[in-house]
Amino acid sequence: MSGTHADALISRQVRGLEALLEERGVVAGAALDEALDAFLAGSSPLNGARVVARAWTDPEFKERLLADGTSAVAELGYAAGGVQPQRLRVVENTAHTHNVIVCTLCSCYPVRLLGPSPSWYKSEAYRSRVVREPRAVLAEFGFAVPLDTEITVWDSSAETRYMVLPRRPSGTESLPERALTDLITRNALIGTAPQ
Amino acid sequence: MADRFAAGARVRTVHHDPTHHTRLPRYARGKRGVVIEPEGRHPLADVSAQGRGDAPVEQVYAVRFAARELWGEGEHGVVLDLWESHLEPEGD
Repeated sequence: MSGTHADALISRQVRGLEALLEERGVVAGAALDEALDAFLAGSSPLNGARVVARAWTDPEFKERLLADGTSAVAELGYAAGGVQPQRLRVVENTAHTHNVIVCTLCSCYPVRLLGPSPSWYKSEAYRSRVVREPRAVLAEFGFAVPLDTEITVWDSSAETRYMVLPRRPSGTESLPERALTDLITRNALIGTAPQ
Repeated sequence: MADRFAAGARVRTVHHDPTHHTRLPRYARGKRGVVIEPEGRHPLADVSAQGRGDAPVEQVYAVRFAARELWGEGEHGVVLDLWESHLEPEGD
């Protein structure tokens, strides 16, 4: 917890709302915590990594994933979305294109597949700068995108969530799907790292 | 209702500046872009965020903008999800 004034205010408001819902019998005391715990327990960047490793090893799955991310990840047991249905769109990096994800208006993010979002993803600096100077921002992450690679920034919304399909590293042709998942980081799924 | 724009359509975002919430970010107002694809129909968030129950259900489009169009510089692209109300055919 950052303990900033803004966070404290939001926490108080959320607690107030929770108390009201309980008082009026809309939710039972522990139901909200149980629902949140269940949602977060099923949310991890390992889920996104498994999706990517499957796409790297199964060309037909990859084709379905890029055509309709929502139903392709459902094949692996991952439902996109929380309180409302959300569309998942997976964007593929290639030899000459790189994708990176942001939400400039708030902090929309595919929690189920990537786990809770990192604090920098919600920071004003990342949100305002990556749409304007993505190459410079990625360089600050230690990721020098080749100059002949075209960068696309995807500004997320509550209706569609995005996940990056990174390029499979060379020299991994003999690795099985399970070993490939270990190579894939959360930042690669956001687009701020190559893998 | 048929979609107003097809993939590849050249569009311009409206130049509004409402006092209420809008999903058209300030940096992309009055800018030219190209529709990538329709993404599905949803209640217009600009209206529903005001607590009103009469939000029109519209097609949401993924629209690609060149960085140069948005910022006057840069070689990258930016893709935004925008409601039909936010878009006009380019040239109108």
